[in-house]
Amino acid sequence: MNRISTLLTGVMLAFSNSAIATTAAERSDLNLRPGVSDISLEVYDLHMLMFWICVVIGVLVFGVMFYSMVMHRKSTGAKPANFHENVKVEVLWTIIPFVILIAMAWPAATTLIAMEDTSEADVTILVTGSQWKWHYKYQDNPDVEFFSLLATQQEQINNKFTKGENYLLEVDRPLVIPTGKKVRFLITSDDVIHSWWVPDFAIKKDANPGFINEAWTNVNEPGIYRGQCAELCGKDHGFMPIVVIAKGPAEYSTWLQEQETAAIRANEEEQRLLAMNMSMDELMTQGKKVYDTACVACHQANGGGLPPMFPALKGSKIAMEKQNIPVHIDYIINGKNNMPAFGKQLTMSEIAAVVTYERNAWGNNTGDMVQAKDVNLMINGK
Amino acid sequence: MSTETVNEAHDSDDGHDAHHEHHIPKGLLRWLFTTNHKDIGTLYLWFAFIMFLIGGAMAMVIRAELFQPGLQIVDPHFFNQMTTVHGLIMVFGAVMPAFTGLANWLVPMMIGAPDMALPRMNNWSFWILPFAFLILLSSLFMDGGGPAFGWTFYAPLSTQYSGDSTALFVFSVHIMGISSIMGAINVVVTILNMRAPGMTYMKMPLFVWTWLITAFLLIAVMPVLAGAVTMVLTDKFFGTSFFDAAGGGDPVMFQHIFWFFGHPEVYIMILPAFGIISAIVPTFSRKKLFGYASMVYATASIALLSFIVWAHHMFTTGMPVAAEMFFMFATMLISVPTGVKVFNWVATMWRGSLTFEVPMMFAIAFIVLFTIGGLSGLMLAITPADFQYHDTYFVVAHFHYVLVTGAVFSIMAAVYYWLPKWTGKMFDITLGKWHFWCSLISVNLLFFPMHFVGLAGMPRRIPDYALQFADINKWVSIGGFAFGLSQLIFLVLIIKACRKIGEPVSDQVWEGAEGLEWEIPSPAPYHTFETPPFIK
Ligand code: HEC
Ligand code: HEM
Ligand SMILES: [Cu+2]
Ligand SMILES: [Cu+2]
Repeated sequence: MNRISTLLTGVMLAFSNSAIATTAAERSDLNLRPGVSDISLEVYDLHMLMFWICVVIGVLVFGVMFYSMVMHRKSTGAKPANFHENVKVEVLWTIIPFVILIAMAWPAATTLIAMEDTSEADVTILVTGSQWKWHYKYQDNPDVEFFSLLATQQEQINNKFTKGENYLLEVDRPLVIPTGKKVRFLITSDDVIHSWWVPDFAIKKDANPGFINEAWTNVNEPGIYRGQCAELCGKDHGFMPIVVIAKGPAEYSTWLQEQETAAIRANEEEQRLLAMNMSMDELMTQGKKVYDTACVACHQANGGGLPPMFPALKGSKIAMEKQNIPVHIDYIINGKNNMPAFGKQLTMSEIAAVVTYERNAWGNNTGDMVQAKDVNLMINGK
Repeated sequence: MSTETVNEAHDSDDGHDAHHEHHIPKGLLRWLFTTNHKDIGTLYLWFAFIMFLIGGAMAMVIRAELFQPGLQIVDPHFFNQMTTVHGLIMVFGAVMPAFTGLANWLVPMMIGAPDMALPRMNNWSFWILPFAFLILLSSLFMDGGGPAFGWTFYAPLSTQYSGDSTALFVFSVHIMGISSIMGAINVVVTILNMRAPGMTYMKMPLFVWTWLITAFLLIAVMPVLAGAVTMVLTDKFFGTSFFDAAGGGDPVMFQHIFWFFGHPEVYIMILPAFGIISAIVPTFSRKKLFGYASMVYATASIALLSFIVWAHHMFTTGMPVAAEMFFMFATMLISVPTGVKVFNWVATMWRGSLTFEVPMMFAIAFIVLFTIGGLSGLMLAITPADFQYHDTYFVVAHFHYVLVTGAVFSIMAAVYYWLPKWTGKMFDITLGKWHFWCSLISVNLLFFPMHFVGLAGMPRRIPDYALQFADINKWVSIGGFAFGLSQLIFLVLIIKACRKIGEPVSDQVWEGAEGLEWEIPSPAPYHTFETPPFIK
């Protein structure tokens, strides 16, 4: 082969080699990761196989073309040949690609069948997406369920603080799963379509409202695995990461037990709070905290919202007029139109606090106070 | 192919021709009322170019925001509007009208017809387009902003969760659809009925063939798109629930309908490009196109297969395994006829007598870069791997290789190739070469590294990203700005050409060019082939 095509081949190989070399690293910045399950490794191998086949095809086709570009130039006196068809060649280059395709389709099909077999799972977790957070529920331990929200500070996103190592890939409460067990995910959504993606498990499955999808993994190594929502789901689609911690089975059971006791304790605490009144200061402090995590994305830090999509709460009738207090609470518990329901995500005292906060922040100074028992009255009628 | 007689309107001094000449209105009215295929072609091409610049400006906003991690320039809601409207404008405003413009200019000249078959409809199909895009662009200034659900407008994001501008979006897509269908009908009727005597189907230039097949695809799928937007409209405003599970509908059904349109749509944007490359490569190889018949059959099989692969865009939606397998195999199958095309172009160059004028440079870049896009497409067809690639920057890289270095490069190649025929003057070759090299380098800096960030895990349609993607995104943005600026060279070149600055050219323009359009004078007279030529 002549100089130019050799050079080209060299460049392509160098490119691909550098991509390969880095895959050994834990987190490659240039290539797919082999991941931490047998399936993810199979997918990775499939990807590399495809990649190399494509490189070879590319080198061959472009090699021939560049050879011709150098050798068959008019300026070097090349005279055009006369041929313009050749049935044999044409049939050949229809059949050969066909055979290559079958060779690729076979391993792809076997991997695919394995990936879609969600039967006989040891642990089942219901994953629910909503704008813009994930909710996890352990089907075998119904007390254990929680929301998982972006934990990166707003100030980092707005370039006021320096960005941390896991910028945009960190959550307040990660999902925890056991290693060495078949974990099945049931995936759905409360509003628009989201997509639950953890690259290290080779799982990407859409969360469709009103339907349930299934996926599974069996993780080999304990560790922290990070992913993101992969389907455009509105304004903060870029800000709903996924973090999964895989723990050894023993550690996992301990964790699960802790979660169950914590859930029971939280319930008791809730009952205790129902019986007492919080002061305005306490309500405002807690209310701001809740507002900044749960409401700020839509209604904004200054309460101005993003009308007409997300109404302003500052000066809003619902947040200002006394007779609207039940309506205000109801909005938060049950949601309305595109306002998500927070009845599951927030405790009654948190709802009370955020309502009080909204009625007294940004110059809404109504002086109204709402207590957990008022919220309880709305939810349970007592 | 050669002609026995070539009639030129201007040579004849009979009263009929003179009559034509004197009634061309001047100024704006000429363009508003014109039914001349060349005028309408010019209108389409200018419109497409302006849309390309507007859509490009939006891409610059996107790339500026993604230059660094963190939110700097726009808020996420506006970012989503930019990606959405950028995609819509590039697909429906730039690439499709540019191909229709080329069809208008070239199809009649290539088949020896005096004009398009339905000239008044031709005028309409162009003139409703600017309104469609005015409506779309004006929606960006509405309260709550313009469409922000991606050019794929998946329900329920586009129904229950969208702003009121959705109504404008739907209306403008309807107008674009009507325009495309009218344009397509015109192409079909012209090709079927107005070929000069002796111009049998298997003698038609490939550009005519590919456009004929494209036109059938358009007629088949644009109504499906119209149906999809109408259902979005009624779901949002009139209480239906086609796509709302709570009312018995299904959001995934939206995606089936959309991609049943969407996949043939991507072939609508690439088949005419195949025709262009099949015209340019033989000219500058001074050798006949290799495998003409197999090119025709390959085009037809691609078009047919394009109807049974749509769900390869939906592997992650949770289809049954059997369906996933079917769509995987069918998609892989498409690469066979596509490969045949590429092999034929290479075989055409093989043992030719090659020169590298500007159109040929773009054509060669097309062959290499489009093939890279095709190969990444083959990777995407492998379902288990697609689970990893889907909705990441790997996909963004893939479709920009086929659309920008594919469709857009072919359009630029076509403009450079036929521009001297249209204006009668050679364009500024130095500027053309600058345009080529700047575009080639920057476009690869722009799109090639996107493969890597995609594989490393960066989702698409996000305004901010994790730190490990920062380095590559910086380079990609620099490539983006450079590519955007490079197009200004093209703008200058085109303006010079339109003002007829340059050396006069011969009728054949390019040594080695064959076909009816090279046998009429340069510049092509306002009316050509009023008496049909006879093709031996
Ligand atoms: C996903 C975006 C979103 C989030 C997060 C959100 N809201 Fe809303 N909110 C809305 C929308 C949309 C409406 C308008 C609903 C309607 O009436 O159609 C709304 C309306 C309201 C209203 C009524 C305002 C009026 O004057 O109509 C209140 C009060 C409210 N939200 C409180 C909250 C609180 C408290 C939180 C946090 C716990 C919160 N919202 C979080 C989107 C959101
Ligand atoms: C000027 C050069 C261009 C640049 C810098 C550019 C850049 C981009 C970027 C950054 C995105 C957003 C990706 C995402 O966040 O998902 C995008 C999307 C897109 N682009 Fe381009 N692009 C260019 C030209 C084109 C052209 C010429 C076409 C069509 C022929 C095109 C078609 C699309 C489509 C269809 C989308 C998807 C929109 C969506 O996500 O809904 N682009 N482009
Ligand atoms: Cu999302
Ligand atoms: Cu497709």
